[in-house]
Amino acid sequence: MTLEGDPVALDCSNGWPPAAVERLTAGTAVEITGPVLTLRDASAARLARALEAGEAAPVALRGRVLYAVGPSPAKPGQVIGSAGPTTTARMARYLPALFEAGVRAVIGKGELHGPDMAAFTGPGALYFAAIGGLGALLARRVTAASVVAYEDLGAEAVFELYLERFPAVVVIDSGGRNLHQEARSSWRQRS
Amino acid sequence: MSRAASALRAIDVSVLRDEVSRLLVEINCTIPPDILAALREAVTIEESPLGRRTLEQLVENYELTAAERVPVCQDSGLAVVFVETGQDVHWTGGDLREAIAAGIRQGTREGFLRWSVAGDPTRRLKMAGDEAPGVTHVELVPGNAVRLTVASKGFGAENMSALRMLVPADGVDGISRVVLQTVEEAGANACPPIIVGVGVGGTFETSALLAKKAVLRPLTERSARSDLQELERDLLARVNALGIGPQGFGGRVTALAVNIEVQPTHIAGLPVAVNLGCHSTRRATVEL
Repeated sequence: MTLEGDPVALDCSNGWPPAAVERLTAGTAVEITGPVLTLRDASAARLARALEAGEAAPVALRGRVLYAVGPSPAKPGQVIGSAGPTTTARMARYLPALFEAGVRAVIGKGELHGPDMAAFTGPGALYFAAIGGLGALLARRVTAASVVAYEDLGAEAVFELYLERFPAVVVIDSGGRNLHQEARSSWRQRS
Repeated sequence: MSRAASALRAIDVSVLRDEVSRLLVEINCTIPPDILAALREAVTIEESPLGRRTLEQLVENYELTAAERVPVCQDSGLAVVFVETGQDVHWTGGDLREAIAAGIRQGTREGFLRWSVAGDPTRRLKMAGDEAPGVTHVELVPGNAVRLTVASKGFGAENMSALRMLVPADGVDGISRVVLQTVEEAGANACPPIIVGVGVGGTFETSALLAKKAVLRPLTERSARSDLQELERDLLARVNALGIGPQGFGGRVTALAVNIEVQPTHIAGLPVAVNLGCHSTRRATVEL
């Protein structure tokens, strides 16, 4: 696990996969630069329903990175309000449809195991965790924000965000390793 | 009655509304000092490099939000309001619960907090309206004082909470098992380092309310009972031995505290509720 040292720069402003993708294994700290689409309970459900009904998604998903977040409203002068990650597992049931539509990676927080993890390893998608509760610091790494679909969902609308050196950690890598699983077994103390 | 009767005191509900609004904004921008102190201490204890880096960034985030008056987390939570009102208080000027709701709406707007309430849990036709903004608990106490607690409960941790109806034979070992299982299953999803609130006794619903009070108890306050103090200490050590660590990245600091509250229960029962609080367990208490 790459737990120390400088984070790997992932520049996906020209699409996915970024140049450094080969170096990513569970535990690698990264800084992501480029556009992402936001994902929430309500928007994920609506997107997956549309795709499963054979309709076109309101926004192109091929080669995209999703970020599980429902930002708080921007104060005057801010690009976005607080914007830390939300729990990915709540949206896990919708991810297979989104991966099939071309999504390549998800940024969120929390654990994914069993079938939720298999949803990633099957299509070779990557799962990154950002730090939950880091809303204000992470908002500073968002340089542009606009609603691109489902505006009626408020904070749960699909936003396109442009990230600039957004800090995260690889949780599920392409080799099927899972940081949360490994971390528990290496740090657990037997009594 | 030995207690001297207190004078009747009239309070306009607008005082309550404005205080709820002010506190809601305050707690969402400024983490309680005891939690910030515990996180700073955790930085010095944590052995996992990724865990330590996580804790350092959390502290940095909290310093930034207090200075810039922005929400610590985009999930400004479901507002939970406790009003302990003296029975000699006469509330005037309107409906007490509506005043609290108005305060929550006002604070959410003025503080640029996220509307995080789905008006109807089974038919999610629309996002976050302002029609049903929070949860209120009103308790009658002697005298003419009013104690107001405003908390914002994020649902990452709330979702990972649990309630089990144990039986007397399960005893303290059973209580410990429920606490450890709940934390283990919650893992990273509860946003560790967490605060573990445990409510034991009463009925199904009051054990959950006790657990909520326990999770909102300041980290510097231990149980008044020495046996429960020892249980809190023991469970904290066992929770931290799980190795989950900050954000589930592995490490020594999974929880900042285990707080236990108890109340009498039926001879056939042992309700145990475990309410988890994330590292941003936002709360403040004032006297009106």
